[in-house]
Amino acid sequence: MPFLTWLKRRLVVIAGLITLAYLLLPNVIVTVFSFNKPKGRFNYEWQQFSTDAWQDPCGVADMCGSLSLSLQIAVWATLGATLLGTMIAFALVRYRFRARGAVNSLIFLPMAMPEVVMAASLLTLFLNMGAPLGFWTILIAHIMFCLSFVVTAVKARVMSMDPRLEEAARDLYAGPVQTFLRVTLPIAAPGIAAGALLSFALSFDDFIITNFNAGSTVTFPMFVWGSAQRGTPVQINVIGTAMFLLAVLFVLASMLITNRRNRQKA
Amino acid sequence: MKTTPDNSGDVRLSGISKTYDNGFTAVQPLDLTVPEGSFFALLGASGCGKTTTLRMIAGLEDPSSGTVCLGDQDVTHLPPYKRPVNTVFQSYALFPHLDIFENVAFGLRRRGLKSVKKQVEEMLDLVQLGEQARKKPHQLSGGQQQRVAVARALINHPRVLLLDEPLGALDLKLRRQMQLELKRIQTEVGITFVHVTHDQEEAMTMADTVAVMNAGRVEQLGSPSALYENPNTTFVANFLGTSNLIEAEVDTKNGDDLVLRAGGGKLVLPQARCSGPTTAGAKVLVGVRPEKIALTHADDAGTVPEGRNRVTGKIADASFIGVSTQYVIDTPVCDEFEVYVQNVERDGRLVPGADVVLHWSPAHTFGLDAAQDIGAGTEEEAAA
Repeated sequence: MPFLTWLKRRLVVIAGLITLAYLLLPNVIVTVFSFNKPKGRFNYEWQQFSTDAWQDPCGVADMCGSLSLSLQIAVWATLGATLLGTMIAFALVRYRFRARGAVNSLIFLPMAMPEVVMAASLLTLFLNMGAPLGFWTILIAHIMFCLSFVVTAVKARVMSMDPRLEEAARDLYAGPVQTFLRVTLPIAAPGIAAGALLSFALSFDDFIITNFNAGSTVTFPMFVWGSAQRGTPVQINVIGTAMFLLAVLFVLASMLITNRRNRQKA
Repeated sequence: MKTTPDNSGDVRLSGISKTYDNGFTAVQPLDLTVPEGSFFALLGASGCGKTTTLRMIAGLEDPSSGTVCLGDQDVTHLPPYKRPVNTVFQSYALFPHLDIFENVAFGLRRRGLKSVKKQVEEMLDLVQLGEQARKKPHQLSGGQQQRVAVARALINHPRVLLLDEPLGALDLKLRRQMQLELKRIQTEVGITFVHVTHDQEEAMTMADTVAVMNAGRVEQLGSPSALYENPNTTFVANFLGTSNLIEAEVDTKNGDDLVLRAGGGKLVLPQARCSGPTTAGAKVLVGVRPEKIALTHADDAGTVPEGRNRVTGKIADASFIGVSTQYVIDTPVCDEFEVYVQNVERDGRLVPGADVVLHWSPAHTFGLDAAQDIGAGTEEEAAA
């Protein structure tokens, strides 16, 4: 049976392609419908090809404002969480202090806790403190839940790092600052980058916690959810497609850079 | 490249000790001088304090007491990056994010040198890695990584190069090769090398002077042959090779020799080779190395020349290992007397169960204080 042999040989490839299709299908739908010209207010049925939405991505009232707000929050939350998380990770791995064990497990709590519980308790906290809900409360909440992811990513990296490397740097005439900049930081960098990317993605698309603590502020996910009640503008698909393409470009670029670097070295 | 002999490469440790916060004393107060330009080995089992001593010279560990001097300069309180010494770490500790060239250039760059290309290339040629300059450490084999670690330290022309078990991770054949290689480099650059190892053969092959350490103390210091031929403690006798130790008692003095009583027989020991008590009636341990002993079948006992120490026994076990045959002999003075006989003219009668006479020259006998643990150093060697 030549067909069965053929199938056996390529089973892994076929399974891989099917999985990939399963993962990418929603993105394809989003992209296809970003070129739709819907009849009513809902963009759920294919009508005809049009580039109207792409030519006027900000044509829907308030959408680009919420998008820019979400991006700002994501950037600041990423910066804050990465900075704090990296320092926490180093402290947890490098130093022995009282309550280190407790901190070590408590830091994972935000990851394990249902988001809705965390959202409600944060809201209670903010209301009791009399903090006005808006940009700052959202940012504080985002930094909080991003922290655990950064700590986890960086900690794994720092833990696997040979302490002799820093001793070697000190032995080779690098002072404390040089040792940190030339050896410690570059080696921990992949962990820090992974934590930062994760933070950005988590913060950008968070809905539950944001919705509880936003007050009258509207982020992009809240806008999409809100508009889904009344009708979905094609522009949402445009933004979604653009984000997806940006992410793909980012990955491709980093792969190209690594490849070229490796080729130069070899 | 040879440094001028102004003693600036001397390492002098005075009363140096290390006690950790948890109360464990790794190094007992220790005085040690490593002369400029020498290849010095600190030999001992794991946990004996040899690595801690090395790290105190490097500045990676603060001594609890005492001083570290390089030449006339007291460096006890200088941080490692201000000391003119460099270390080759056991795990090599090559920077994984830098290529070989940048690893080797690291020390030069930190000291602010701009044009490092020529020096780095020369150094990579010295360790025969010129072709690998742009590879990352993980792309090299263990032996190559080891050479990069040596190059990275040597390029800074340290006054002292510290080597912490640098060959521990290599397989036996490569280790032998690197031992000769390191010895060649040391002779070529003339820098003082302080080498930490638990491998007694490695220490003896490479070093001019060996300090045997045990439980935070230096047991004995000397040239490899002096340590081997005339150990002063049971630890050195057992850790450095194998020794047969016989419990004996000083009987009389005969000129420069001591006559000892052991299990009914008499043994002769030159007084100069006895580190234990020498007064009549004192208890000593008489030692002899297995390869110094000749084995004669009991039927030929008459052919043994006069003036040699002799012990009778019965062969308990014989193992043929190519260059020699190793016998274990049951004797009245010592249960497991080890004898190594070169396979030149084998006597077919020397099989397990045969009665034999063991005999050796008094000049190969050494005496130790019997107050020590007779088995010290034997388990350590097995563990190492």
